[in-house]
Amino acid sequence: MIGINEVIETNEMIHKLNLDVRTITMGISLLDCVGSDVKETCDKIYDKITSSAKNLVKVGNEISDKYGIPIVNKRISVTPIALVGGSVCKTEDDFIEIAKKLDEAANTCGVNFIGGYSALVSKGMTKADELLIRSIPKALACTGRVCSSVNTGSTKTGINMDAVKLLGEIILETAELTKDADSIGCAKFVVFCNAPDDNPFMAGAFHGVTEADRIINVGVSGPGVVKAAIEHARGKNFEVLCETIKKTAFKITRVGQLVAKEASERLGVPFGIIDLSLAPTPAVGDSVGEILEEIGLEYAGAPGTTAALAMLNDQVKKGGVMASSYVGGLSGAFIPVSEDQRMIDAVSAGALSLEKLEAMTCVCSVGLDMIAIPGDTKATTISGIIADEMALGMVNQKTTAVRLIPVIGKTVGDKAEFGGLLGYAPIMPVNQYACDAFINRGGRIPAPIHSFKN
Amino acid sequence: MKKTIITVLGKDKVGIIAKVCVYLSQNNINILDIAQTIVDGYFNMMMVVDIAAASKDQSRINEELGDLGKEIGVQIRAQSEEIFNMMHRL
Repeated sequence: MIGINEVIETNEMIHKLNLDVRTITMGISLLDCVGSDVKETCDKIYDKITSSAKNLVKVGNEISDKYGIPIVNKRISVTPIALVGGSVCKTEDDFIEIAKKLDEAANTCGVNFIGGYSALVSKGMTKADELLIRSIPKALACTGRVCSSVNTGSTKTGINMDAVKLLGEIILETAELTKDADSIGCAKFVVFCNAPDDNPFMAGAFHGVTEADRIINVGVSGPGVVKAAIEHARGKNFEVLCETIKKTAFKITRVGQLVAKEASERLGVPFGIIDLSLAPTPAVGDSVGEILEEIGLEYAGAPGTTAALAMLNDQVKKGGVMASSYVGGLSGAFIPVSEDQRMIDAVSAGALSLEKLEAMTCVCSVGLDMIAIPGDTKATTISGIIADEMALGMVNQKTTAVRLIPVIGKTVGDKAEFGGLLGYAPIMPVNQYACDAFINRGGRIPAPIHSFKN
Repeated sequence: MKKTIITVLGKDKVGIIAKVCVYLSQNNINILDIAQTIVDGYFNMMMVVDIAAASKDQSRINEELGDLGKEIGVQIRAQSEEIFNMMHRL
């Protein structure tokens, strides 16, 4: 029989330390929705999404009620639209029609985001891939819930530098079209290297072509719980610290496993993976930056930050993998600047720079996330930052991503306000030296030597 | 058997257990075990109950227990036992 102290511990995690299930994401394949023209394809997409996910929000709320655990987001990811629309979309506007339909379907289902307005171009771009990429700025400006991503590199294929160059321009255009709202369109767009097929977190979620027709993926979170647990290990050595993080990660992930299993049963959709990420929110006490401080750093960004983050990320995975049969997605610590109050504070204090963040992305999941930069940053500079991050992912055989927001009309010293879960961000300075000649070369960076494992 | 854990948290006073028990009895919910402790000066009570034969569904029970808690001035929650087993038992 369960003891009263265990019940109290669980409820403290939920009510005082912000433990929650961050998202139940239903992945839906749209490969069977290709029609003879754009309209028919749109209709098929709408019908499949709304029939597959009609009970998603309701079931999420019921499970939340049953176990007394908040399930913050219910979301949908779909097959990369460049593949679905490839045969019927002849113009950028054709793709935008699909984006609008996705938005409408998300609205009907009551989910807050739908991911998969995406293209996978790690080696090369088809005509359809390029059309979709060029349509991204308008698509993100005229929809509210659609999220977009482009995979531009992988350890196996190298980096598609033509796409990287184009995406620098696309990000600036997206910023320009949403400049009235601090360029928020860019917060819904991610560039990936080694993008996972089963990531439940936005903005980078899409339903990979290797997946089943429909799947339930669950993202758990709980930076506050980890922070509170390691307060008890203050002054102790790394063995004690690591043990504490592992045990906590286990408990957090178990809740995700329970919710995923039940959601899968109730919805009649197979369970895919648990993504055991530490995903912060702007709420006080829900911060990865705060964990780094508790480990012993004055601010995130101080010397020792990369080592601390590497250790944290590894212990989270070690604790989490035993709690669930299937772990996948991004799984690790997220370090989005605008969504984490202590990261924002570290940037404001001058402790955390873009270059240090880049180093941190070598050892944690994902990458340069929700970073606001001056609106007058050149497209080639943005492409250069993307190329650096893609190279880290390619060489280290890990997922890396870039979600930069060049905030039009603002510069270093200003703040960008995104609102809600996206938070706010101080504009960070960018290295002023040019990389135009490098970016303008075009072509591909070949796969690294250690990718040849056959 | 559908084991649910009811927790009551708040300042101690006369009649808390009585009021919760009356509600449970009226809704055909059987009490299997009761434990209580004081943490940081707050009254903590845990009841293990079986809601398999309850006359209402769980979300309704949660809602009504929440309202009862507000009336008495304490927090009352009902959660399926599985969340605690998953987290604390291998």
